Amino acid sequence: MRLDDSDRRLLRQLIATPEASTAELAARAGLTEPTCWRRLERLRAAGILRGQRAVINWRALGYQVEVSLRITLDKTDPHAFDEFIARARQVPEVLEIQTFLGRVDVRLNLIARDMAHYQQVYRDRVLTLPHISDLEALMHLSDVKSEANLPL
Amino acid sequence: MIDLDATDRALLRAISEDATQSAGSLGRKLGLSQPATWRRMKRLREGGAIARHRVDLDLAALGFDVTVFLGVSLAAKGRVSLADFERAVSAIPEVQTVQHVLGLYDYRLRVVARDLSDFERILRRRILTLPGVGAVDANVLLSEERLPGPL
Repeated sequence: MRLDDSDRRLLRQLIATPEASTAELAARAGLTEPTCWRRLERLRAAGILRGQRAVINWRALGYQVEVSLRITLDKTDPHAFDEFIARARQVPEVLEIQTFLGRVDVRLNLIARDMAHYQQVYRDRVLTLPHISDLEALMHLSDVKSEANLPL
Repeated sequence: MIDLDATDRALLRAISEDATQSAGSLGRKLGLSQPATWRRMKRLREGGAIARHRVDLDLAALGFDVTVFLGVSLAAKGRVSLADFERAVSAIPEVQTVQHVLGLYDYRLRVVARDLSDFERILRRRILTLPGVGAVDANVLLSEERLPGPL
């Protein structure tokens, strides 16, 4: 599907204010409401617009610690990635699993209620994951930019 | 801090999959009346349990084939203002997220690009010219999976 300027305007507005009604979006993107609705439908049908998800505010739910664990795997075992990821998925505190091409193989984004809880999850659930050869942690201090905009 | 029961957790789990569902359809899935669902959603919203909504887009279909995570260390700590760096890096359109972190790096950036040569252009012209930027480490994203978390 080829996007025109109106599609791009509409997507920019949608990314900025996902909760807006179709009427509000139409006004901001300079479209009529029926046109806006049709274009959204077209973006959905083309698989570009997959949906809308609520982002949970874990701090408000009592999770004060967020850590990015950057992991290098022992790749002499051809199943290292699959087995590591399958086990990491079972850790409830893991929010994201990303794989990379670079110095780091896998990254886990992990939350915990406090440092004591983090220590417990780290020792009992993370260090016991298979095929880890090296691991480093980045403690998350704050989100400077998080709206995930796109240069459309 | 907001206390959650099992129904609240199920509601949060459902809207983190699809945030466009009405109170009526959420209620039907969880065996709640529409007013009860609405009241619970209102309490969750007002208690700050929902940070925001995120639009889920197929980046490859939009022509963004490359996502790179950059670890950035500031070169002259103490001399360069963190606020100056943060303002400049946040203004780069290709930089989707900026996290201030403690560890091997000072900042973690998520950058989207059309392809690797587009990424090289962003890195050279926009990232490496930022005030106070020191060492930069890059990892190209291959796959990404989001999980519901402890709900």
